[in-house]
Order: sequence, then C-alpha cells, then structure tokens
Amino acid sequence: MLAGIELYFGGALLVLGAAFTLLAAVGVVRLPDLYTRMHAASKAGAVGGGLILLAVAVLSQDAAVSVRAIIGVMFVLLTTPVAAHLLARASYLTGYRPCNDTVIDDIAQRNE
Amino acid sequence: MNTVFLVVVLALVWAGISGSFSGLNLLLGGVVGGVAVLVLREAFASPKALRRIRRVISLAALFLYELVVSAVRVAIVVMRPDLSSAVRPAIIAVPLTVKSDAEITLLANMITLTPGTLSVDVAADKSVLYVHALDMADKEAMIADIANGFEKKIQEVFE
Repeated sequence: MLAGIELYFGGALLVLGAAFTLLAAVGVVRLPDLYTRMHAASKAGAVGGGLILLAVAVLSQDAAVSVRAIIGVMFVLLTTPVAAHLLARASYLTGYRPCNDTVIDDIAQRNE
Repeated sequence: MNTVFLVVVLALVWAGISGSFSGLNLLLGGVVGGVAVLVLREAFASPKALRRIRRVISLAALFLYELVVSAVRVAIVVMRPDLSSAVRPAIIAVPLTVKSDAEITLLANMITLTPGTLSVDVAADKSVLYVHALDMADKEAMIADIANGFEKKIQEVFE
C-alpha cells in the first residue's frame, strides 16, 4: 500500500521536475539577454533539478540513497544562485550591457 | 542546535524500533520526534534557543515557498507568446540594513532564488545590493518587499 503511494508520488515529482527543466531551457533560448536568461536558468533550473532529486529520494526505497539525494537538493539550492550571481556580475563588469528594454539601470548611474 | 540533533536521534530511534529505514518512515519518525520535543520543550531547552530554531524554520519555509512561486512565475513568463512585452527588466539598487558578510551572502542567494529578482553586484562599501528584476512594476514596492521579507527574517536569525 505504502509502496504504491510512493511510486505515484515519485513519478509525479519526476514529471514535474522534467517540465521545469524543459521550461528553463526554453527560457534560456527565448529571453532577450543574459540577465533575464539567468532568471530562467537559476530558478526554474534549480527547482527542476531539485524535484528530480527529490523523486530519486522517494523512489529509491533506500535510506542511504534518499539522504544523499536530499543533501544533493540542498547543494543545488546553495550553488545555483552563486553561479547565476557570478555570471551576471562577471558579464556586467566585462561590459555586457542589459538589453534595450531594460527600464532602470542603477549600476550605470553609479558609474557615471 | 541541540533540539535539531535530538529530533534526528529520535527519528533514527523510531526507524530502528519500527524496523524500516525507508525515507517515509524516517520522515514520520522525525515528525513524531519534533512534536514530542515541541511538547516537552520547557523541560530541556532554553526558550531563547528554541525561538531561534523557530526563526530558522520560518525563514526556510518562506524561502521554499518563494522558490516555488518564482519558478512557476518564470515558467509562465517563458511560455507567453508575447514575450518581449511580458518582461520589463531593470537593475535597481536596494539599500542594505544587514551588515555582516554572512548575512549579505544569505540575502543575495535568497534574492536570486525568489520571484523576479537576481542579485548582480554588491557595492564596495556593502551599503547597496544591485538587483536585476525580470519584470519590474514598482521600484519602491520591490525594495520594501525585500526589506520587510527576507532581510527582516535574516536579521532575526542572526541577532
């Protein structure tokens, strides 16, 4: 009984995670510049990867694997924002300007 | 931190007694242990330590909720056919009231994983955090949102 519920729950997590990962990829293609792309890659990507790891934790039926998968989720959530922040910062400092739709740019005002 | 350790031990004891180390059973043990610790808290934990743990949990809960909301919102924006009119990017300066490096790091990471915002840079004097917004409607409202949400909770945890 309990194993059946785990199977459905894990499967749902897996599909959801895959959907978020796909949408993150679509966002990277469609959004106009690096900064907006990092929104898709960092948020939807982290949630997608996290959900897939959670599905592994639920489906594995093995405490050792589950604990490692959950620790993996924590590391994904810790490292993704750092990577996104570093990419955004590095590209700004090397002179990659935000796209023309950008409404306000306070960094540019600071540098003037 | 003692309480967290205690809950983990209780969960392991629960799993050992019931004879199954499956994830669900461990989780159930953790919940039962947490309730037991909560009921008996006066007996072994100082109220201050417990309040701090409650704040950490409340910060983590807020963070997970915002993370899901932000992923759904980005996903919806990405699927819109009129993409260029749906995004209104902006880089805005958010004044910081938290001062220590650990707090700023935590805040910057949380901002990146929450709806519509991505931290880009910190001013050299740590007074301002530059945040990129995917769809900025109201600058003042966004700054107030960060100050009253995460920044306040982080201050409560670190005080």
